[in-house]
Formats: sequence, structure tokens, C-alpha cells
Amino acid sequence: MADDASVAGSVTTAEAAARAVRCTALTKHYRSKAGPVHAVNGLDLEIRVGECFGLLGPNGAGKTTTIEILEGLLAPTSGDVEVLGRHWGSHDDDLRQRLGISLQETRFQDKLSVLEVLTLFRSFYRRGLEPADVIALVGLTEKASAWVGKLSGGQRQRLAVACALVGDPELLFLDEPTTGLDPQSRRQLWEVIRAFRRRGRTIVLTTHYMDEAERLCDRVAIVDRGQVIALGSPAGLIASMGGAHVIEFACAPGAAPAPADLAALPSVRDVVAGAGDTALTVSEPHVAVPALLGLLQARRAELLRLTTRHVSLEDVFMHLTGRHLRDEDVSPA
Amino acid sequence: MKTYHPLRELTLARLREFLREPEAVFWTYGFPLMLAVGLGIAFRDRPVEIVHVDVQQTAGAADVVAQLSSRNDLVVKTHGAAECRERLRLGTSSLVVVPGDPVTYVFDPSRPESALARARVDDILQRAAGRQDPVRTAEARVTEPGSRYIDFLIPGLLGMNLMGGSMWGVGFVIVDMRVKKLLKRLAATPMTRASFLWSLAGSRLLFMLPELLVIMGTGVLLFGMPVRGNWLAILTLALLGAVSFAGLGMLAACRAERIETVSGLMNVIMVPMWLLSGTFFSSERFPDLLQPFIQALPLTLLNHALRAVILEGASLASQGWRVLALAGWGLVPFGLSLKWFRWN
Repeated sequence: MADDASVAGSVTTAEAAARAVRCTALTKHYRSKAGPVHAVNGLDLEIRVGECFGLLGPNGAGKTTTIEILEGLLAPTSGDVEVLGRHWGSHDDDLRQRLGISLQETRFQDKLSVLEVLTLFRSFYRRGLEPADVIALVGLTEKASAWVGKLSGGQRQRLAVACALVGDPELLFLDEPTTGLDPQSRRQLWEVIRAFRRRGRTIVLTTHYMDEAERLCDRVAIVDRGQVIALGSPAGLIASMGGAHVIEFACAPGAAPAPADLAALPSVRDVVAGAGDTALTVSEPHVAVPALLGLLQARRAELLRLTTRHVSLEDVFMHLTGRHLRDEDVSPA
Repeated sequence: MKTYHPLRELTLARLREFLREPEAVFWTYGFPLMLAVGLGIAFRDRPVEIVHVDVQQTAGAADVVAQLSSRNDLVVKTHGAAECRERLRLGTSSLVVVPGDPVTYVFDPSRPESALARARVDDILQRAAGRQDPVRTAEARVTEPGSRYIDFLIPGLLGMNLMGGSMWGVGFVIVDMRVKKLLKRLAATPMTRASFLWSLAGSRLLFMLPELLVIMGTGVLLFGMPVRGNWLAILTLALLGAVSFAGLGMLAACRAERIETVSGLMNVIMVPMWLLSGTFFSSERFPDLLQPFIQALPLTLLNHALRAVILEGASLASQGWRVLALAGWGLVPFGLSLKWFRWN
């Protein structure tokens, strides 16, 4: 199996060596009481060595199923998976020695100390970092002798990442590393991930926070319903919207101008008319805002609200699916 | 640089978790100690039972009272007819004697102490009237250590505790780790299955040693239980029992996804054996039809072998087939659970 990379058709060894993960036509189907579930539905990915790659999507999009297949914890229904030039099923131990994994919601032994848990995980790897050094790396030195049961949510999440780092992996998988954390804990974890990335290592993470993907990832795949619907750098995806800014405004009921009139305003690239709010994607807000206000004044339309902001990955997702990224943002309508 | 050994670290982690859980320590060591002491006191050798007899106040009552008072195992009182019946009904006395011809015994024959009182009183009155016994008899009284209830009980408690400790200590721990998704996390490391399972078995054997000492120590030091067999043979049996039940615990836990599921499964395995396998009373009391089944149960095998070695001084070799059968009870479930084990 070690020779797979060199025999794989026209792909050169150099290209294969620069590739950390590749999966093609990946599917995973479950049977459930509600009928068959297509958690992953023909997903293709190629992740390069040294990049921080994000799988971004709403809950239930198939991110966790995908990452667990890549981690060798789930078998795909069909499709081909290659991790660090190998396939799961043979020499798994060698592969596991080179991976660091943080799952969603692992609870470590409550009555072991942080240092004891890391020493345990260190013992599984032939080579790796000293437990005390990893603890310092994730900023838990003060808690090294505290029991896991006494840690806060953010500290536990950092412990989970420390356990993923203790084998000094080439490739790090993080499933929703900052879900449910306070802003300070999130920033601390981001710094740990960036430091790992600066050492030339590869990271694959899943998240449903667009700001996390924008700040951390070199490239993101937006995943919806088990498929990749957009792929690229955060800046590239945002640029694909045609403008760098969004103007959102609301008028008194029935007073909003028609979308065609709005689209005709200077610098407007896209118009999304919602139930109350209207969103304009614009390239130059200093041109578009006065023109919009002039139009509203001419129509005597009462303006209730007006905001401008940068385009985010959330807008990209909405543009592609017509839905919000996070469940809690979805209105009951 | 420090070296790290997965089996050592996994076993250490189990030991630390156990010792830091006061409840687990109590149920493993404190509870069997309390049970042994409690039952030992409840069933200690009691003096000969004293029975209360009332003599009804009529002519000849004084003579009867005089004859009966010569015995120290009877408490004799005299009351009026109505009061005698009242005291009998309340169980204050066990027998009412109405003097006369014939002497009438008023009692409930279904009450053992009443039947005992009637036999004693009748014996005294007949002898006083001049009865001669045609057969000469003699008594040899036996209350020596080794044949008392507490001596029967201690090896059974040891067997029962080895079963409970191993099944909970392995089954509960596995399912708890599965619920916490820690098993899945461990499966994502290069840790081998073998070192994980060996660490569970190994830590269980370490916990077993103090258990053996607590129960045997209570029997020997507190109740003077004799240990006629070889201590090495006892230790070997205890190790074998602990490992066998660890295999059963692993089988119960190999797919269970919730603590309730594994608790139920383990109770289904253990509760019948508490009753059938001769822990608190002899398994011979059950019908012959059930005996082949009962004798093949792992706890019966362990209890019988422990009693034979501890109380009768039997050798381990003489318990050969029990040892083999017990090993089978460990190996087969262990093999099945390896096959069926679910890490996710």
C-alpha cells in the first residue's frame, strides 16, 4: 500500500507527497427509523500538506461523518480515501502514529489530572512531545495537576487538542474545536492551531463558525447535504460574490423599492430581498449608500434600519443555498 | 528522555481512577467486610434456646411447677386459665400445661418452639412419674471451627465478591468509557486493543488482592475460621475466579451503549448465581433436576473449589475439572467479546 502514491496513474510522486488527504466520490449512507440517511453524498476533497483546511457547513451537513471517515473511525459506503499517501485497512498503526485527532465531545477521565491524561496518551506513540511541553503549548501549565473534572469547558477543549498534539502529528484533525467556548478560549485555541500551522504541519478542521474559518483557514470547503458546494480561500469565496460589502436596510411595510430599481443603482452587484430586510452586495459603499438614500428620499419611503458590513462566508453560504449557516439563526418561517 | 509504556500507563490510570472513587473502594472492600461481620454475628453460636411455659392455676399446679423448675432451659410461670390463653396467643409463652388426668398440653404444633417445649415438658413429667427409657443413649456435641455457618459463609462471600468486583470493575468501566466517547478517542490513537484489555484485567487482579485479604482476614481473625488448604492454592483460585468473571463482564459490556443496559445484563447474569451457587446456603437444597445446571455455573464452581481448599484442605489438583471449567467460563466470553467489541 505504501507504493500507491507512485503507481496512481499520471500523478507524480512530488504531487502525491504534497497532498495530505484526498477523497473521491465519498458516500456514507445510514439506515435510520426515518428511512435511509445520505450523510455524505459524493464528496471530493484534496488537502495539501502545510495548509489549514476547513470544512464549513451547518449542523447535519455531513462534516463530522466526513472527518471521521478520513480519521479511519468510520468506513465509507463507497468512495476512495487516501491519507498521507495511504489507505485505511492496512498498516493502520503506522498511519495512526502520524495523526492527531480531536473528536467532538470526548470526556476524559474526571479523576485523572491533566498531566496524567497526557502521559497516558503520550504512551501510545513511538515518538512525540513531552507531556509538560504540550501542556505549556496549550496554556494549561497552571492546571497540570488539577483533575479533569475540575476544568472549565474551554480548558477541557484545550486538553483535547493537547491530546491530539502529544504524538507530534504530521496531520491534525479537529472536529468543531471551539463549539460552545467563550471568545477568550476560542482565541487561545486559534493561537495553538496557528502555531502548529507555522511549523509546516497540516490541519483539517470542521466548524460552523464562519469567522473561525475566515481567520484560521487557508482554504475552506463549504459543505451542504453531504456535498462540497464551494471550495477556495475565504478571500476568494468572498470575492466571488462580486462585491466586498453588504448594505442591509429595512423600510416601512410596502415602501421598499422594487429589486430591479435597486439593482440599477451604481456599484450594486447583487440584490437579495428578504421578508423585511433587503441586502445589497456592493463594491463601493461610499457610492452605493448615497444613491440608495437618494432613491428612498425620492420615493418618500421611511427608512427603519440601515447597516453596512464586509461580505462574510455566511453571505456566500446564503447566496449558494438561500439558507443561513447556523440553525439558531433560521427563522421559524 | 522518559520512556512511556502503554500497558503500564493504562493500568496506572485505572488504579488512580479506582482509588480516587471512594464509593468504588467501599463497595469493593468495605461492603463485603460489613456483610461478613454482620452475618457472622447474626449466625454466631447461640446458647441453648430457652422456652417459656405457663402452668394453669388448678389443683396439682404446684407439683408440676416444682418438677419443671429443676431445668435451666425452661422458664415456668403460673397464671389463671384466661391469662394463660392470652399469653399463648401473644407468643409470650410457647406452651400451656393444664395439670390433671390427663395432663393437657395447649399449644400450636406449627410453632417450632411450642413443639420443642411440649417435648421437653412431657419428657420431664414422664420421667418424674417413673418412666424408664429402654434404649441407652449418649451425646457428643459438635461446635468446632470448620463446621459452623460462618465457616461455610466466608468462602462463599469471597466467591461472590470476586464475581461482583470483576463484572462491575470491567463491565461498568468499559461502558462508562463508551458513553464518554473515550473508547472512540482511544481507538483513534495507535493504542493496541490488547494493551487496553490487558490493563483492565491486570488492574482487576491488583484490586483483587486486598479483597482476598479483607475477607479471609475477617474469617480467620474475627471468627477463627480454619484455613486447612494451601494459601497459594487459594490465591490461584481467587486469581482464576477474578479473570473468569472479568471475561463475563467484558462480554456484557462489549456492545452496550448505556450504563442501564450493562447493569441489567450483569444483574441477569449475577442475581441467579447469588441464589443458586451456594453463597449463603448450600446449593444442594435445590431440586435434583436443576443440579447439573447449578453445578456448571461459574460461581458454583468457584465456591465449591474455595470451600474444598479452605475448609477441607483439598489440593488444587483435586479440583482440576472445576478449575478447567472456570477457565472456560473466562476464555469463551473473552473471545466472543473480542469479536463483538464496539469502540464507537
